[in-house]
Amino acid sequence: MTDRSSSLRLTATDLARIAVFAALIAALGLAGTLYPLGGQVPITAQTLGVMLAGAILGAYGGALSVITFTVLVAAGLPLLSGGRGGLHWVIAAPTSGYLIGWSFGAFVIGWLAWRFRPWRRSAAAGMALFLLINLIGGVGVVYAIGIPVHIWRVDSGTLAVIQAIGSFLPGDLLKAVVASVVAYQVHRAIPGLAGGSNE
Amino acid sequence: MAAGGVSPGGPLGAYVPGTSLLHRCPPGPKLLGLLVALTLAIRWPEYVAVPAVALFALARVPPRMALAQLRPLWLFLAVAFGFQVLAAGLGTAIEVVGGILLAVALASLVTLTTRVSAMLDALVVAARPLRRLGIDPDRVALLFALAIRSIPLITEIVRNVREAQCARGAGNNPIALAIPTMIRTLRAADALGEALIARGIDD
Repeated sequence: MTDRSSSLRLTATDLARIAVFAALIAALGLAGTLYPLGGQVPITAQTLGVMLAGAILGAYGGALSVITFTVLVAAGLPLLSGGRGGLHWVIAAPTSGYLIGWSFGAFVIGWLAWRFRPWRRSAAAGMALFLLINLIGGVGVVYAIGIPVHIWRVDSGTLAVIQAIGSFLPGDLLKAVVASVVAYQVHRAIPGLAGGSNE
Repeated sequence: MAAGGVSPGGPLGAYVPGTSLLHRCPPGPKLLGLLVALTLAIRWPEYVAVPAVALFALARVPPRMALAQLRPLWLFLAVAFGFQVLAAGLGTAIEVVGGILLAVALASLVTLTTRVSAMLDALVVAARPLRRLGIDPDRVALLFALAIRSIPLITEIVRNVREAQCARGAGNNPIALAIPTMIRTLRAADALGEALIARGIDD
């Protein structure tokens, strides 16, 4: 966020952005269900919020907003898509690894975005770079944590991969594309987001 | 903070009010107990299943409420069960699905018997030693409160943007929905940040 090198001290602006993005992830789980493939598959936009938290707030702000969201879910608020909430979804479900992975995914997306600054490039190159970053953090990192937990809990690598591909992967790929376009456009529209030193 | 409108699925989330021993137990010991129970459940599930059911009876959680917590898993568990029956036999399938149900049920018991506010307070107390790392527990508490307060605000933004884009015929275009939502969300964050500064939160 504003100054990441010196300390973890958050300014009021950081605090507000982290809180509001945690709320955005919750709101996207409540109201953000999309039916882009002709109404066949409902896709909740919750992981879109996770990717955008990293891409818009950076590594620390993004991760902290996802952690805040995760804590609220663990405390019992029904904020996961489908109105799910409670400690069991965060620590005991076979899919808990993916949820824990979100915070790390947001961190990696933010770190890579601030390292390579896709918003400084042309639209096509910038969005492609953002897509790569979102796939690494939002799919690669999340699945790297989620799938081993999933395999452990269902006691089968094949089954875990079938379930992950069947239920998460198509939506996550689509959301990575959407997040890339949106992150690029928002950074272009609001140049001060990346600490003012980006232009 | 304005009152009300905190959570969608009921003002209490999954919490079921009650006066049982588990309801009266503070969150800290309950979480430690859960940690022990989960460890035992992974190692010896067959011995933990009966005590787990007894705990639900002790907490007097209506079975309907307990099952409601497991409902979103049913399809997932049905697929896992079917796959394991075909791949490794009925015994393994029962072991795997039973193990998942047991772990989820044990963890859900903490949520079913603990108020959200009590759990968050316990976390803020647990964050006190982090002061040495430069993390102020009061800020952590403020962050939780601000996030909860912002949920109805941002939900309203998401709904308004969707209605506006539907009127333009772009109601199912994710990009047309997400960009205005992001811009308005960031504007809401700026307004909140300014309100905090005006109240002397920045020092």
